[in-house]
Order: sequence, then structure tokens, then C-alpha cells
Amino acid sequence: MTTNSPSKVHVTTTINGQQHELLVPGYMSLLDTLRELIGLTGTKEGCLDGNCGACTVNIDGRIVDSCLVLGAEVNGKEVSTIEGMATPEGLHPLQQAFLEEAALQCGICTPGFLVAAKGLLDNEPSPTEGRIRHWLAGNLCRCTGYDKIVRAVQKASD
Amino acid sequence: MVATFEPKTDYKVVGTRPIRHDGYDKVTGRAIYGADVKLPGLIWAVCVRSPHAHANIKSIDTSAAEAHEGVFAVITGADMPKAESKLVDLGEGNINFKWASNKLMADKKVLYRGHPVAAIAAIDRYTAEEAARKVVVEYEVLPSVTNVVDALKDDAPIILPDMVGDDLGEDVTNTNMAAHVRHEFGDVAGAMASAAHTVEREYNMQMVHQGYIEPQNATATWDEEDRIKIWTSTQGAFPARTQIAGILQVDVSRVKVTPTEIGGGFGGKIPVYFEPLAAILSKKSQRPVKMVMERTAVFETTGPTPGARMIVKLGADANGKLTAATADIWFEAGANPGAFIGPAAMCIYAPYEIPNTRIDGWDVLVNKPKVAPYRAPGSPQVAFAMESAVNELCENAGWDPLNFRIDNASKEGTRRGDGVLFSKIGMQEVLEATKESAHWNAPIGDAPEGKVRGRGIASGYWFNIGLKSSANLAVNSDGTVQLTEGSTDIGGSRTSMAMHVAEVLGIGAHDVRPTVGDTESIGYTDVTGGSRTTYATGYACWIAANNLVDVLKERVAVLWDINKDDVEFNDGSFSSKAEAQKTIGFKELAGKLDDLGGPANSTGSVDLESAGDGFGMHIADIEIDLATGKSDIIRYTAVQDVGTAIHPAYVEGQLQGGSAQGIGWALNEEYYMQDDGKMANSSFLDYRMPTTLDLPLIETVLVEVPNPLHPYGVRGVGETPICPPIPAIANAINDAIGKRLYNTPMNAGSILKALK
Repeated sequence: MTTNSPSKVHVTTTINGQQHELLVPGYMSLLDTLRELIGLTGTKEGCLDGNCGACTVNIDGRIVDSCLVLGAEVNGKEVSTIEGMATPEGLHPLQQAFLEEAALQCGICTPGFLVAAKGLLDNEPSPTEGRIRHWLAGNLCRCTGYDKIVRAVQKASD
Repeated sequence: MVATFEPKTDYKVVGTRPIRHDGYDKVTGRAIYGADVKLPGLIWAVCVRSPHAHANIKSIDTSAAEAHEGVFAVITGADMPKAESKLVDLGEGNINFKWASNKLMADKKVLYRGHPVAAIAAIDRYTAEEAARKVVVEYEVLPSVTNVVDALKDDAPIILPDMVGDDLGEDVTNTNMAAHVRHEFGDVAGAMASAAHTVEREYNMQMVHQGYIEPQNATATWDEEDRIKIWTSTQGAFPARTQIAGILQVDVSRVKVTPTEIGGGFGGKIPVYFEPLAAILSKKSQRPVKMVMERTAVFETTGPTPGARMIVKLGADANGKLTAATADIWFEAGANPGAFIGPAAMCIYAPYEIPNTRIDGWDVLVNKPKVAPYRAPGSPQVAFAMESAVNELCENAGWDPLNFRIDNASKEGTRRGDGVLFSKIGMQEVLEATKESAHWNAPIGDAPEGKVRGRGIASGYWFNIGLKSSANLAVNSDGTVQLTEGSTDIGGSRTSMAMHVAEVLGIGAHDVRPTVGDTESIGYTDVTGGSRTTYATGYACWIAANNLVDVLKERVAVLWDINKDDVEFNDGSFSSKAEAQKTIGFKELAGKLDDLGGPANSTGSVDLESAGDGFGMHIADIEIDLATGKSDIIRYTAVQDVGTAIHPAYVEGQLQGGSAQGIGWALNEEYYMQDDGKMANSSFLDYRMPTTLDLPLIETVLVEVPNPLHPYGVRGVGETPICPPIPAIANAINDAIGKRLYNTPMNAGSILKALK
């Protein structure tokens, strides 16, 4: 960071189950904190104004656009990103369903969709198609027309 | 002599749905896209952009920005090499290096809002943005034009004073008309005069954007040896190299382009934007430089597809046969020449057999971003006009629009609007499949109170290009095969390539490991665009696989001490013609190669004419709220001749994605321009592409009429599906409310206005 940047904030946070102690510039978004400070580039930048959902992460059980949150705001919180979704036992059922249902084309929106969909299934294991569509309306995909994404979430929710 | 192939049906790998090879990296966040590239010592750069759509640059003072702490380099138009005026074919549209260079960085004059006037590289992105605000630019604002009618007026401000336009072959100067082309066949005037039924209408469309979720980006190094390395999200590493070298005025071999994973393109990532700027900044700073475009700039300065004014007239005889058609189309090019009037002329009449046709097309400069290809560039526009006019003709004469299309369908031997005669095409098969589809035969159902429903159909066409592709294969000792190919993979194409190889070799799709090569690891390959990739690069993979079989036959001959000509290969197994019981499988042979001459490699390349014409028909059911004009697509079906579907799931995905983009274009999307040339809706919130809530599940019907020009019958697929949705929805709206809309977007406000 530049030598003349504003003072940095001491942040202690848990990311994908691992504790991190960071000095985050006060102006830096959580998205850039993840991507540039920690190196977790699975969370994607699409618009930087909270309208595409490519940067979706989960903070303390809530899905948020990480471009609209400051890195300094996650002090004491638990953040999970796409990199934390699979376990040593294997892929999350949503990840497997996205592969089997061909629910991605270019794949840039996929991390955001997966994190968002997990946020739904964690609380509602059997959502209707309408509920899935409502929940995912904050995530833009330009390749698929959403058909196979919705089907994949349905498959993973069975 | 062009090779032709008999259709096959007994495939083992083709037609299956294996998990894509790059899928695991993409569902876990490991895949490296352009913005994810990291290099030691990397710095960031941003552009300073014009707030005006048309202005002379009187002065630029970059001194304060240069003095800003953390800044490494600043460039302006004065730092751009003077690119020569040279036209280069990029596969889907041409570019002229001179205009392409000027588009990236203004030279004395800005031509569209957001036009870069300087670029700044600094220790990080935030610092670069801070420094950018310290660049002082003095502008002399000029009147701007933002539509084709104003741009062609006698007193219009001239956007490129040194441009020479081409008016039917005559040079014209001091004009915003870059080109005027005409295709005319038969006795158009006579046929129109004697037609029993005619319809003539004007249609207008606003610019729309490709809307890929990943912004443009580039990372560059320019080293002491004057070698330039670029990492970027591009639809074609080699065409990107051509552009970068042309703009920087260096030999192509000086530039290495590594294509990263790419987050959507739809044609918009064929042109380069940041790559040459990042390279110049790297040369100046002696550091790796990364640039990632902000979304507002993506809308204001990249993409879009041309806005259009179109007048179409159709004539038919009393029996419902089309006899004549004329079209006059004016397309917005943006601030540099190159609207897609050529493709529009090729596409407009393609679904029909019409004996007498004329089309005049004008390529018109306006003070908006230079257009880029967008999925079948030029075709959705003329499909909207043509398919709306066809339905209106049918309504006036009392004809069924589907039967009318069947009666007038183009077929082998039909002459396209630009004069080309069709080879084997599947338009008739698509129409029959539409007539038999579940959707067409299902009632639309009753609308709830306060709402009405309507059904519309429309056809669409894209010609699909062939061009150049390369593929290399290498056998691993465990019986798998490494495939390196040159097509960047935007929607699962790597797996289709691997399936081509696996089918030939008789091994599984996952026994082939595909990699997309950089410009120093694979031969020249054209863009992933023009619906060419699975066709042309797949064809190259098929050749490479057959060449590999040939190499392996030599090894088997050594193994058995027989002549190579006495070795046969079938279903993944080599055998001896003389002794049928003597066989060895591909995998077993792979393990013995070290004793049979070492590595077995092969290569394949193609340069092909056409990927086989693609026709589609869509059915749209719409429900409209009479109080608000709000519409919902309640059922949607895309029918298309796909040749042979190598990986049907990704073929369906192309039909669904193209349909969704067309639905967005029809109902909501537009560049909403203020009079001063500012786009008023340059964010995803205001531009409003379809979300999950705006679309139903999209049904697909894959009609498979194998393309005789490809060994497995593959036909280009990706672009056709964006053509029918706009007119299908216009026709559905008309069916629902009895009012026809002639302009896009057909949003709630437009529908409400039509209802009143």
C-alpha cells in the first residue's frame, strides 16, 4: 500500500475457518481484502456497486456483496468464501450439482451463485423453484439463462 | 475440393454429457481469470476518461499526477505509436489499426464519452485512481450526434474529418457515412408492384451491451529485450496478438498472449482495449502492469452492438408466397467505422425463399462507443424487423404464421440476400420440429384477472464461420492424451474438443486432458466467435487424432514386426490385417511407447470456409399486466438445427443463454442516451439485464441435421439463438394486446403507451 495511505485498521477475522490477523487500509473493500491482501481470488469482481453478485461471500451466516463491505468491518466476524465450500471429504453437493447439470458456462458468476445458493440451502433445505429464483435474483449470469443453475440448486436440495 | 462426410450415428463419446474438464477449478474458485493474474512487483493502472462525447482536447496537464506519491508512469495520446491505416480481418468483423489505436486513447479529440485521454500506473489501484483525479484536461466541447438520422444531416458535426467513406464504391469525404452497400437480385420493383399483399414498416432499436459479468482486463510486461507478454481475458489469443502488435507497431513474434480463463465475451472480448495501454505503461515503468475496467467504463466504452433504424417492405402473392422484399438499414458504428451491415445483409432474408430482394445498408458514425461484435452481430436487428413484418403480413392476409414460414422456407439452393446459394440446411426441419413441439401444441392457458396472454413465433439465422484452428496431441504412458488447442473456452468448448479426440481414439472423454495454449505453445487459431469453435477447432482435433492413429500404427508395426499398412485401428484397438487375433488396445500400447520409438505426438490444423448455416425457431408466451404494462415470459422454447450436438448439455446452454440475452434485449435493455451523449444507465442496476426472476425455464429442441462439412456433422450453434427472441416477443405482445411495437426495448412503459 502507498506510504501516504490513511491509517490501517487492525482486523482479526475468521476466513473459511482459519483465523487471520490483518492490517487493512480503511478504504479497502472486503473484496479487495480477500483478493489482494489474502490472495483468495475465487471471489470475483463484476461491477463494484453491488448489482451483479459475483463477489458474494457469507458473513456470520448472511450472504453479502463483498464489494459493498469494508475489510475493516469483518473484525471479529466469520467470513466464508468459495474457497471454503469444498471439504477434504469432497465437493459440496451444490458444487457437484453445478458440474453435473452443466450449470456454468464461462464460470465467472459461479462462485457467487454457489455461495449464495449455499446460504439458501443452509436454512431451507427444500426450496421451491420460485423461492430459488427469488433468493438468487441478486446474482447475474449472462451465459446460461439461469435454467441449468436453477435445476442444479433443485438437484442439490433434494 | 472441400471434404464432405456421411452422417454417422454410432458414436461412443459424441452425444454424451461428461463433466467438463475445467469444471472443478471453476466451482472451487481456483480457476485463474484475467483479474486474478499476479506477478512479482505488479502495479495497477487506470484511465482518465473524457466526460464529453465530442470535444477537442486543448491541453492535458499530467504533472500533478506524475508527482503523486506511488505513481510510476503516465501516458497520453502522445505516447501511442502512430498505427498505420491497415484493415485486418478478426474473424467476426474487421479492424483498422489506425482507428483501433485511436479508440483506446484519444489523439487531440475525444469521440465518445469515456474515451481515454491518459492512463496512470501506480503502486495500487486506489493510488492510481487518486492520481487520475489530478490530471487536468482542457476541452473545447463540440456538438455531438447520437443517432443515425442526425449523423447524416448536412449540418451534422463530422466525427472523423479524415475518414473516407465508401458509397457504393465511390469515395466520399466530410461525412459520417463510413459505408453504403447494396445487394439486389431479380425485378424487385416489378414484383412489389404486382404483389397481392404488401406491408412496409420502420423499426428502431437502441444500442445494447454484451453484458459479460467479467470486466475487460489486461496484465502486461514489456521487458529489456522488447518482448511483450500479455495475460488477458480474450476470445482469441492470436487475434489479440495481431491487434496488440499492430497498435504497438511491433512484429507479432514480439508479443506473447496468454489467454486466461474468460468471464464471458459474446463478441465483446474480440477487440482489445487495455492490452496495448498496459504494455506501454509497463515499458515506461519497467514493472508488470495490471488494468481492470470499472463497470461504468465497460458500458460507456466497450461493446455495444449497433443501434439501428430499419425500413422493411414485403410483398406476397395471393397464395401466400413471398415474391419481393426490400430493406433499408442504418446501423450505428459508434465513433469508428464498422457497424455490421454486411452480416445483416447476409442474414435478413435467409429463412425464406424470396425471388426478388434488395437491401441497402449504411454504416454510420455517431458519438458513442465503437461497436463490437455481439452474438450474431447485425442479425438480431434485422430479424426483429423482418420477422415482425412477416407476422404483420400474415395477420393482414389471414395466414397462419407458422404455415406461412413452412410454405416459404429456404432450402438447399435458395439464394441468400447477399447472393450466396445455400448448401444443405435445416430450416424446413426446424419448422416441422416447431410444429410438432410440446409448446406449440399446448394451449397458452387463461390469464389471471387484469392480465392478458399472447404467443409469438419467429425464426433466426446465423451463417457461422470456419477459419483457422490448430491442435496438438501427446500420448501419456498411462494411456491418456494431452490435448493443446488454441480456442479460448467460454462455455465448455475444451470438453467438446477432448470428445472429438476421444471419439477417434476410442478412449473416454476424461482420458483426454485439454489445455488452451498461449500464442507460443500452439499454432494460429482464430477467435472463439462466429459459432466456429466446436466446428473448426473440433475439426482440427479430429485431424490431430487421426494423425496420432497414423503415428501409433507405425509403433504397432515395430512391435509386431509387420508393415504399417497391415495395421488396422478400430474402436480403440489396433489389430493385424493378417492375423485377426493379434490386437493391442490404445492404453496398453501407450505403456509400451518407450520401447517403440519414444513420445508419440501429432498435430492438426484447418482453414475452413463455413461452419454450416444455423437456423432456429423460437416460441414465446407472454403475460401482460394491463394496468402497468409489466410483462412476464411464462413459457419459452428454442428450436434449432444444431447439426450434431457433441455435448448436448452445453448446446442446450447456448440456446438457453442466447434466448435469455434476446429476451433482455427485447424487453428491457437499451443504451439510454442523454442528448449530450451521456449514457444515463451505465450500471447493472439501471441497465437491467434479466435476473432469475425475469425468466422461465427455457425449453430446447435440438434438431440434428448433420453438417456434411464436418466429420461428426457439427454445425455452428452459439449465435443463432439470440436472433429470434426479439421478434418472437414482439409477435407475442401483438397477439396479447392487438398492438404491434416497432421499437426496442418493448418495456412496460412502451406496452402501456400502446394500450392507451
